Amino acid sequence: MLTLEKRPSPSRFWVGATPVLAVVLTMIAGGIMFAALGKNPVEAIRIIFWDPLFNPQYADYSRPQLLVKAAPLILIAVGLSLGFRAGIWNIGAEGQYIVGALCGAGAGLALYPLDNRLVFPLMVAAGALGGWAWAMIPAILKTRFNTNEILVSLLLVYVAENLLTSMALGPLRNPEGGGFPGSRNLSQWASSANPELIAGTGLHWGVVAAVIVVIAAWVLLERHILGFQIKLAGQAPRAARFAGVSPSRLIVLCMGLSGALAGLAGVFEVTGPAGQITIDFGSGYGFTAIIVAFLGRLNPIGILLAGLLMALTYIGGELAQFTLGLPAAAIQAFQGMLLFFLLAVDMLSNYRIRLDARGVA
Amino acid sequence: MDLGAINPAVLIASLMVASVPITLAALGELVVEKAGVLNLGVEGMMIMGAICGFVTAVHTGSPAIGFVGGAAGGAALSLLFAALTQVFLANQVASGLALTLFGLGLSSLLGQGYNGIKPPPLGAVPFGPLRDIPVLGRILFGHDPMVYLSILAVAAVWATLRLTRAGLILRAVGESAEAAHALGYKVRRIRVMAIAFGGAMAGLGGAYVSLVRVPQWTDGITAGAGWIALAIVVFASWKPWRVLIGAWLFGGITVLQLNLQAAGVPIPVQYLSMSPYIVTILVLVLMSSGRGRASLAAPAALGQNFHAAR
Repeated sequence: MLTLEKRPSPSRFWVGATPVLAVVLTMIAGGIMFAALGKNPVEAIRIIFWDPLFNPQYADYSRPQLLVKAAPLILIAVGLSLGFRAGIWNIGAEGQYIVGALCGAGAGLALYPLDNRLVFPLMVAAGALGGWAWAMIPAILKTRFNTNEILVSLLLVYVAENLLTSMALGPLRNPEGGGFPGSRNLSQWASSANPELIAGTGLHWGVVAAVIVVIAAWVLLERHILGFQIKLAGQAPRAARFAGVSPSRLIVLCMGLSGALAGLAGVFEVTGPAGQITIDFGSGYGFTAIIVAFLGRLNPIGILLAGLLMALTYIGGELAQFTLGLPAAAIQAFQGMLLFFLLAVDMLSNYRIRLDARGVA
Repeated sequence: MDLGAINPAVLIASLMVASVPITLAALGELVVEKAGVLNLGVEGMMIMGAICGFVTAVHTGSPAIGFVGGAAGGAALSLLFAALTQVFLANQVASGLALTLFGLGLSSLLGQGYNGIKPPPLGAVPFGPLRDIPVLGRILFGHDPMVYLSILAVAAVWATLRLTRAGLILRAVGESAEAAHALGYKVRRIRVMAIAFGGAMAGLGGAYVSLVRVPQWTDGITAGAGWIALAIVVFASWKPWRVLIGAWLFGGITVLQLNLQAAGVPIPVQYLSMSPYIVTILVLVLMSSGRGRASLAAPAALGQNFHAAR
């Protein structure tokens, strides 16, 4: 009979190995799913994971896309991971991302057609502030009224989506757009554009911000008392309270940080790759970032790698849609599967599997 | 604007229909949480129920078999959650989120090619002349069987939890898994069964959305109903009858805002559409604070995994 024995502390080997194992298992299970859809599984996996980077036919287009897609995922996931580590569950990053984009775009469009290089930094600040404010709603309700932050932050996503629609149709609509929904194109207005900084790389300001945030988060967690408090609050809440860590302060900080980062991601997206506020601006980055955060083991460096891998599944998925006719939903299910396997194999790092001679479970 | 066109009897009748999916899903989740498990995957299980129920009903031509298919779909997905949290001892919050993300993707994959099809209709229960009673007939006797079944389910869950030995054991597992284990109850088995029940109920609720309430298939058809069901469990302080009240409150707001939209109230449609979510948040705030704090009624072992070391 197999029994589980709790390890005194997580195994270092398995902490590193489980994400890789989960990716392999997901490829196998995903291959079975693709086969069930009547596609050649090996070819599908190759198109998703290999062709975007190394097939000369697609690489020129796909490689820059990698950074474009990874940047928002990394920005959001790093923010979320801080809260997740402290046991604070902000799962409404999608809403904060949308509101950040709305605030950023709104601040910029209010100044249109001003020609000033300060417009873009102002929009970035407004976006971060918007995301922060949206995340403060569940944070304050949690600290003041003990309301469950998981439910409130998630419900606010639906509010944000409705807000997005009303803004795209109303106040932010392009007055010269012939009555079509959607704002002015921010990427084509020099003051607000978030262009590719080095041609052909996909490197825009959001990527720069993502790299800075990864480094800052690493320093925070490894070298700063606040990072220690975050980890302590997650692993031993009672000990944290005795050590004088205020739970309310942590909630406000972690939720605020993750909201601001999601807002930043939104503003970089709306001024760059997306270009404008449209009804379908919310693209699910806020939810996929949850998978990225876990795949990266809630560790900033891990999240950097996980974000790139997840971006690859997006791009490879689009490629597979285009070449194999694989439905977009299959990629979404594939990404969901990854989180499943990750959570399942995580057991290996916390428990030891023993063959129990007594046969008593 | 024509508010006079809103007929209160019709409003109450449609409120009862609108509340069915949330009642069923919240009731299932209530049982799961009473067993000490927090399954945040209600939205995913509901939408799996919606597509499985829809596909089964379209192919068999029978809405009744459709509902069975929906329940089976929801339960099947919930068993994945059970495997993760009960066998692999994974974090319940993260596993629930994974379930929702996966369920949304899988349902839209399964639903390819089912857009724009009409499912077989589920008729009203034939109450005969009772239906013709003014006002009351429309409210009490004009519904399809699922409306009555959902109310019966509330009574059944209440009675089981409150009056039977099985209910007592389930609550014991949710209050203190260690104590229940020491008494010889199979904590893991009981929790898996509770999770499967919750999945089946969420699936039923989802099937009601795609078969009766809408009735057709579109991606993301449940539109957050699963999350509202989770909120309603908190609102209800884990008491079955209050689930019904919460679901009616929510159903009432949904129907009212739809009626206001139709009546042409000068408020943008999007602000009316977001009102159910905002009201849910406000209700959560009211219930979580002050003296009647809902969290005090939460099962003591909620969200904690149990690993029998001995």
